[in-house]
Amino acid sequence: MSVLRGASPGSGRLGMRIGRATLMLNAILLFAFLYVPIIILIVFSFNDTRTVARLTGLSLEWYVKLSHNRELLTAARNSLTIGASSTAASTILGTLTALGMDRFRFRFRTAFDAVLYLPIVIPEIVMGISLLLFFNLAFFPVINSISGARLTLGLPTILLAHIAFNIPFVYVIVRARLVGFDRTLEEAARDLGANEWRTFWRVTFPLLLPGILGGALIAFTLSLDDYLVTVFTAGTASPTLPLYIYSLVRRGVTPEINALSTVLLLASMGLVVLSLAAQRRE
Amino acid sequence: MTETGGKARRRGPLLVLPAAAYLLVFFVAPLALVLVISFVERGRAGGVRTPLAATLQYYARLVDPLYVGIFLKSARIALVVTLACVLFGYPLAVFISRSPQRLRSPLLMLVMIPFWTNFLVRTYAMKQLLGAEGGINGVLLGLGLIHTPLSLIFNEFSVVLGLVYGYFPFAVLPMYASIEKFDLTLIEAASDLGADLRRAFLRVMLPLTLPGVLAAVVLVFVPVVGAFITPDIMGGGKVEMIGTLINRQFGVARNWPFGSAMSLTLMVMVVAGVLYYFRSSEEKDRPL
Repeated sequence: MSVLRGASPGSGRLGMRIGRATLMLNAILLFAFLYVPIIILIVFSFNDTRTVARLTGLSLEWYVKLSHNRELLTAARNSLTIGASSTAASTILGTLTALGMDRFRFRFRTAFDAVLYLPIVIPEIVMGISLLLFFNLAFFPVINSISGARLTLGLPTILLAHIAFNIPFVYVIVRARLVGFDRTLEEAARDLGANEWRTFWRVTFPLLLPGILGGALIAFTLSLDDYLVTVFTAGTASPTLPLYIYSLVRRGVTPEINALSTVLLLASMGLVVLSLAAQRRE
Repeated sequence: MTETGGKARRRGPLLVLPAAAYLLVFFVAPLALVLVISFVERGRAGGVRTPLAATLQYYARLVDPLYVGIFLKSARIALVVTLACVLFGYPLAVFISRSPQRLRSPLLMLVMIPFWTNFLVRTYAMKQLLGAEGGINGVLLGLGLIHTPLSLIFNEFSVVLGLVYGYFPFAVLPMYASIEKFDLTLIEAASDLGADLRRAFLRVMLPLTLPGVLAAVVLVFVPVVGAFITPDIMGGGKVEMIGTLINRQFGVARNWPFGSAMSLTLMVMVVAGVLYYFRSSEEKDRPL
């Protein structure tokens, strides 16, 4: 017994040390796994030949080509337009919903709460095909019989779809922010003579702002990245950025895609910095 | 804290109404339509037959061993990917949470950056690495270790690798959130009471950080089982999963009702799994 007692702390310490080394090794390997492909991608965007197997020399020719690529520029503009408009719409709708759900009890509230989480959990491809069926078999025929207009899939239908999948994400994030909300602050404002409108804009809104910004940022990123829902609602219209990239990636590997990917990588790193800055405000 | 009274009772629905109406039209109605379409016959040239003719044939076709096999294969792939993400992600989350305070934020950011990066870009990065003229083959050929490129891509392994690469950050972040809150002195307490490290981990740390692990499982398994992009790009048409199968029904096969039946089956499976997860995590939250 005494021998065991003497031995166990020592072996425990050794075990700890081995454990710590294993954790470190695991972390190093995983960060390599995450970043080596990305680093190779960036390096070959500066290659001066079409190959992505050997680095033959450095040049910026692929970036120059990108800046002259009309199709790409149109796709980028489409993505930014849809991203900005769907973010604006879904942020307003999602924030109002979070306020309504957090502060009031009413009929169908529980059922609606379930509906709000559903778009987050159902497979994206299911949402995509459901909207394809809906626009073609229900929405367009109904519009046609009402106004006689013959609509087809295009940028407006992509926008309608993006707003639909963004609302729940904004809702969840703003609602989380409302959980720790100190409502005595609002009461204080009202006691000091502020009306409801003023209380909302001067007290409630500023306190919710980090949550609203966080939600908007997620919505913008999701919209900008989405491929699956977009491809089913885009029809033959001019593509968004992910649709354009997808068509290139399926065709093969070229340094031009590497250059484009590098630009997008830098943009998303900018978004990470933004989101961290937003979190710091909390 | 809930407001009552006539005015407030009207205002709640008023705030919720715009989004509710929107989601009713652009989310609930489309899903209901999938349900309807899955029970009617397809048209000759695609679409659905008019007038609508009710049928159960598409559900009957789903139990064909070919399709059951694809569902099982997708579930197996999702399981392997989830296991890999959790088994490697958990120790990484432990490592980050035990790092010195000033290193924690940067390390976490290293996990976040891929999380925020365009999924297509990351899948493409992996495709390039494994491709015939890609990084790994380039290095091996350059070193003279091989003379013809290895076929590393367009098989089930490359799909699994691509999926792990794509969803790994989704697993680390929730597990980190749980592990960071875990009080490590509890491990010391357990070992003072005579438990060895393995036992202390299994009996103390794992149960207390289980919510994070379960969240990671849901966040990885759910999107992976219905994945389309990764099997399409990394599988090159050779690895069939539910996602690629559904996509085909709305593309070349032009069989919308069959695709709808598959989608609905997939959705029911996923939602049932998530509900089960929420039920079990609610039970754990209940005070003893």
